[in-house]
Amino acid sequence: MDSTPLNLLDLLIPEAIALNFTAASAEAVIRHLAAALLRQGYVRETFAEAALEREARLPTGLRLSGEIHAAIPHTDIEHVLRPAVGLATLPEPVIFRNMIDPTDVVPVRLVFLLALEQPKSQVEMLQQVATILQNPQVVSDLVTAQTLEEVRRILAQVMPAQS
Amino acid sequence: MMTTTPPRSFTILVACGTAIATSTHVALKIKELLGERGLDVQTVQCRVQDLPGMALNADLIVATAQVPFDVNIPVVDGIPFLTGIGTKEVVDQIEQILRQSPPTP
Repeated sequence: MDSTPLNLLDLLIPEAIALNFTAASAEAVIRHLAAALLRQGYVRETFAEAALEREARLPTGLRLSGEIHAAIPHTDIEHVLRPAVGLATLPEPVIFRNMIDPTDVVPVRLVFLLALEQPKSQVEMLQQVATILQNPQVVSDLVTAQTLEEVRRILAQVMPAQS
Repeated sequence: MMTTTPPRSFTILVACGTAIATSTHVALKIKELLGERGLDVQTVQCRVQDLPGMALNADLIVATAQVPFDVNIPVVDGIPFLTGIGTKEVVDQIEQILRQSPPTP
């Protein structure tokens, strides 16, 4: 088995990147990205409902240090076939509940939908997502990116140097 | 002379919703940042719902989700390890709790 850690750029599925996505709700964002991951064969049909159910019970909204906030919806591994990440950037925020305080509503403009398998293979990706969330400039650049190429260029800044 | 107490290892439960996503990242950061402060920390990842049965064997819980019930050990907010907001403060808090915690039997 290939034990090479997978980084975020490897795991981001182009078909599951929705830039300038207009959505009425967090549910619409999750359903849109989950449908793309399903069409591309990364998740099971149960994934979208499972992610929505989990989001209702254990929300994933995160207040960041800049003006733009994020969410990282995900669910249990049995709904995932192969690890993958979907990305949505939203001109108008949708409401996610705060991960640590579900009574707090967070206006979110950056969503990473994580389809995860075993934790060890995705450690690098998870660290890269955290690195992005901790950098308001990168978050802002991502949310204003217009093309997949721009997204790749921005993310390359937070990837570890390839040897 | 410094104290001659043998180095002690601490067990931290890192809890999130699924035990695969945020807790994986947070566990790594905790080991790294407390290691820099000379604390030997073992982390065990679990789901929030599993905490009641596991808290007996640990010194501290770091959670990235709300813990909606009482546990008998301190619970610390793990969100700063994701957002970077207040990371130093939360590491200070963990260090203080661990250095004051009684030896586990």
